[in-house]
Amino acid sequence: MPSIGTPTYGNTFGNRRRVAIVAGVRTPFARSGTTLKDLTAIDLGRLAVAELMQRTGLDGREVEMLVFGTVVQSVIAPNIAREISLLPHFPKDLQAYTVGRACASANQAITDAADQIVLGHADVAIAGGAESLSQVPILHSRGMADVLVAASKAKSLPARLQTLARLRPRDLIPITPAIAEPSTGESMGQSADKMAKLNGISREAQDRFALRSHEMAAKGTDDGRLTSEIVPVPIPPKFASMMTTDNGIRRDTTYEQMAQLRPAFDKLYGSVTAGNASPLTDGGAAVLLMSEERAKALGYTPIAFIRSYAYAAIDPGEQLLQAPVFAAPVALQRAGLTLQDMDLVDMHEAFAAQVLSNIQGFASQYWAERAGFTSPVGEIDPERLNVMGGSISIGHPFGATGARIVTTVANELQRRGGQFALLTVCAAGGMGHAMVLERI
Amino acid sequence: MTTPHGVNLYGGDEALMQECQRIGVTVELESNVAVLIFDQPNAAVNVLNSSIVGAFSGLFDMIERDPLYVGAVLFSGKKDSWIAGADIEEMASFRTPLQGEELSRAGHVVMDKIEAMKKPVVAAIHGVALGGGLETALACRHRIVTDHPKTVLALPEVQLGLLPGGGSTQRLPRTVGLQVALDMMLTGKNIRAKKALQIGLVHEMVHPAILKTVAIDRAQKLARGEKLSLKDRKLGATNFLLEDNPIGRAVVFRKARETVLKKTKGHYPAPLAIIDAVHKGYSDGLAAGYAEESRRFGDLAVSNVCRQLVYLFFATTALKRDSGLPAGVTATAHAVNKLGILGAGFMGAGIASVAVQHGTLVRLKDASYERIAKGYAAVRDVVRERLRRRQITRAQCDDILSLVGSTIDYRGFANTDLVIEAVFEDLNVKHAVLREMEAVAPHAVFATNTSTIPITDIASVATRPDRVIGMHFFSPVHKMPLLEVIVTPTTSAETTVTAVEYGRKLGKTVIVVRDGPGFYVNRILAPYLNECGKLLDDGGSIEAIDAAMTDFGFPVGGLTLLDEVGLDIAGKSGAILSHAFGDRMAPSVTLQQIIESGRLGRKAGKGFYNYDSDGKRTHADASVYALSPAGGQRKEFDPHTMQNRAVLPLLNEAVRCLEDGIIASPRDGDIGAVFGIGFPPFLGGPFRYLDTIGLAEVVRLLEELNRQFPGRYEPAPLLREMAARGAQFHAGVKPT
Repeated sequence: MPSIGTPTYGNTFGNRRRVAIVAGVRTPFARSGTTLKDLTAIDLGRLAVAELMQRTGLDGREVEMLVFGTVVQSVIAPNIAREISLLPHFPKDLQAYTVGRACASANQAITDAADQIVLGHADVAIAGGAESLSQVPILHSRGMADVLVAASKAKSLPARLQTLARLRPRDLIPITPAIAEPSTGESMGQSADKMAKLNGISREAQDRFALRSHEMAAKGTDDGRLTSEIVPVPIPPKFASMMTTDNGIRRDTTYEQMAQLRPAFDKLYGSVTAGNASPLTDGGAAVLLMSEERAKALGYTPIAFIRSYAYAAIDPGEQLLQAPVFAAPVALQRAGLTLQDMDLVDMHEAFAAQVLSNIQGFASQYWAERAGFTSPVGEIDPERLNVMGGSISIGHPFGATGARIVTTVANELQRRGGQFALLTVCAAGGMGHAMVLERI
Repeated sequence: MTTPHGVNLYGGDEALMQECQRIGVTVELESNVAVLIFDQPNAAVNVLNSSIVGAFSGLFDMIERDPLYVGAVLFSGKKDSWIAGADIEEMASFRTPLQGEELSRAGHVVMDKIEAMKKPVVAAIHGVALGGGLETALACRHRIVTDHPKTVLALPEVQLGLLPGGGSTQRLPRTVGLQVALDMMLTGKNIRAKKALQIGLVHEMVHPAILKTVAIDRAQKLARGEKLSLKDRKLGATNFLLEDNPIGRAVVFRKARETVLKKTKGHYPAPLAIIDAVHKGYSDGLAAGYAEESRRFGDLAVSNVCRQLVYLFFATTALKRDSGLPAGVTATAHAVNKLGILGAGFMGAGIASVAVQHGTLVRLKDASYERIAKGYAAVRDVVRERLRRRQITRAQCDDILSLVGSTIDYRGFANTDLVIEAVFEDLNVKHAVLREMEAVAPHAVFATNTSTIPITDIASVATRPDRVIGMHFFSPVHKMPLLEVIVTPTTSAETTVTAVEYGRKLGKTVIVVRDGPGFYVNRILAPYLNECGKLLDDGGSIEAIDAAMTDFGFPVGGLTLLDEVGLDIAGKSGAILSHAFGDRMAPSVTLQQIIESGRLGRKAGKGFYNYDSDGKRTHADASVYALSPAGGQRKEFDPHTMQNRAVLPLLNEAVRCLEDGIIASPRDGDIGAVFGIGFPPFLGGPFRYLDTIGLAEVVRLLEELNRQFPGRYEPAPLLREMAARGAQFHAGVKPT
């Protein structure tokens, strides 16, 4: 069971050092293999961070650390954060590291940076994440790799040829990384299907939720709430136009169309389709964090503060994406708040089946007790939930999503003049994250 | 000067030691090698002149004699600079060809001595080795360069109308091959370390940290007669066919002469002299080659072309130190870390492309992302071109492009230090963006890149008119070297120096001019272009007019230039100038007609010339003639007449600009014309050319033309006045 921290100063995380979210910027999110396919995760991260610096007008010398999350690691440049921190906007001595916590990687980056600020180790930090699912590393088979390594060590050309002659046709088949749990062998989609079955989430409920996500995101795009956090990106390879909005939002789709899609994973009994799941996506996102005092000293008005956060995990073989149900009550307790205090709730939408399972879990006595609480978190007011859509419609670049959600929620909380918001993110490995944001 | 062990490093020669001290050469002894450190006193860089030749000569004699040393290594004590060349001021002072010839011969004596020494001399080069510096290195037995961006080798003499007089016309082709040598000497281009190694100009390339160790080691090995196991440059098959035999070389020389004549139209004698000297060495032997080199160097050093080019060199150098403020006024420039650019069109993107290459954060704003995308693509093209030429790495290219940010609102403008507007040329639009900028970027200097609207008119709505200035860049921005900074009576000194220093940071030659219609450059260009058009009105043919102008020395003809600039833009600018200055600036009838016919120049695919779909020029469009008063019948004009008709009003207008205080000095006028519109450099600029023709003669020519074309050629009052008292704009220019 996750331990419950002692409530701190005004129930705000940080022991009198509040962590301010000063600004957030992201690239448009593009379904993988489409508009942004020629950009690497590093490119995407650099685009977001460069614009974050331009928009905030912050002097690069002020930044003390940069943390970035990514999931599908580049073999050539595994520490993408360092490549990003080498932007000419910063001095070369800006230290940077890369974190991995599956789909909550950017959240991990943000809480790492927040921790460093709370500890007094830093006053200004950039945290975020980036992912290119267009440019995933394709691996050679074990056989091929063995032969290539041996050949590179061979001393003479005949020896080299002899080694290469050991190659067999099956060695030529490459290995593509799958989105599957190493421990269970179960893919994400299969897990979501299983959760739908276990929690009795109907196909119709999933499709209607997905449709709602698209409608909300389209509205947020049209009224400029979503686009305001986006840095337009010149589109390679011709650079003749710029991508200014997310390209996964379907404005033309109807429930009937959704309902016609075939199950993508369990073809016979499944209910998870390409329509009610988040798409493979390319994108980058970054937020600027500061200690409250430094933000004030530099003349910034923070859009929100981090009030609390928590991480949790569940047996990946059980309900892989249900851990937000464990993390949320802890984050709320650390914040000294309840679900009713939340003006906004934002749940990462890996699958509609997962969101609906999480919502159910929030209201369930069973899950409350499993989380170590006597009563459930509560019923989520649909009016406050994912008010600008979520990963199903906007897209889900694994490493970047957390920073996108923090930015979107903080901005919207400010727009609404609200005080508190809860965000949750489920992640592979059966992990979950929750964070409470506050204003003033 | 002795070592702690009492060894005298100067062969016991007190006089030599003092000479070495005087010229800044220190001798150290390391592992039996004489380490010579050249650090000229009271100078930023080491330069060679006649006063140091003797000391070097004596030093090398001593090393050759003294058994203490087995060899020598030549280092520089300057930071990132080895030997920057010969003393140009000394050369500019020569009165007779013999003086130059003697200097060259004296140089040959030292170089020959170094080359003939039994003890090896190693050139250990870090930083620039230019002109005489590289020539010295060529005489050394072994050359090592550092793999550092500051290490650059070149023989830039040709750019000053000279030839490399320290033996390079003979040594260089025998070192790197005939064709590479000719290319280096005829263009004066910079050779970076890696390239120098590739072409065999140097033997080795090492990290700066081990330069000294390796150089000393090489001197020792060469002294022991050891072969250095370094790869020899291999002559390719074509090189072998062309360079290793007299027939092949004859082909190379003929081609070289043809190319030079085509490029220089015979205006520049130095390139031909270089080819002649190289040729002589191959046809009549080395001694004859060296003699020819010295003789031709002497001739060139006192030639008019050399004088004008040297003048421009010094004028440019002086401008780099000129604050641009009136005498007695000083101010401190603001650092420009973030530049806002309004308008992502051709000029806006051009300015952005230069700014990001100099490390400035750029915020590019336009009305739509479609326009910004075009602008970004244009910036990218310029930067990618440098990647393609391997002047930058892929990572540098990415870094440079990451500095471009864009927006369709004013987000990210608050911390801009300078904002340059390059929006549509309309006063109301300019006023609107100025007002917006004052609101969103309170600390920024507001510069307008207008080429036609007076800055004072734009500044009239400013709440802070002291922050408003003109920064007139020329197109294409990444290629054109000039920046015309325009100040109004209300522009503050701080604003002026901020614009001037930032322009210089971008690598531009900056002149500061006073506000007025057309400022300086466009104002002198207008009558020239108008007269090209009027020659067309009067029946001249398009090709003949342009040919007369390129023969005069302009890079392109006036009508070609109009097509390039865009006839609509030229028409707009022309209207403003003719409104301001009356008849002498009235545009030609043909130009007005051609604009009305919808021919807008290259961008529209048709102007005076036709262009194919790739924008490549095909031919002059004879149908244009129907639009001119003279109709389809064309007649022949004498090229000299055409040149006088077009160029004299330019000169005359330049004098008016000086008279009106638009330009501060004839120097600024010369620089503005040469770097802004390509006025022939070998003439030194309008004012140097006026002095060369003689002011009285200019007045006579103008009056003659004014009788023929009343009102267009009225000599400027200042010109008349100066002619009357026999004055000159520049001292020391001999009228021909």
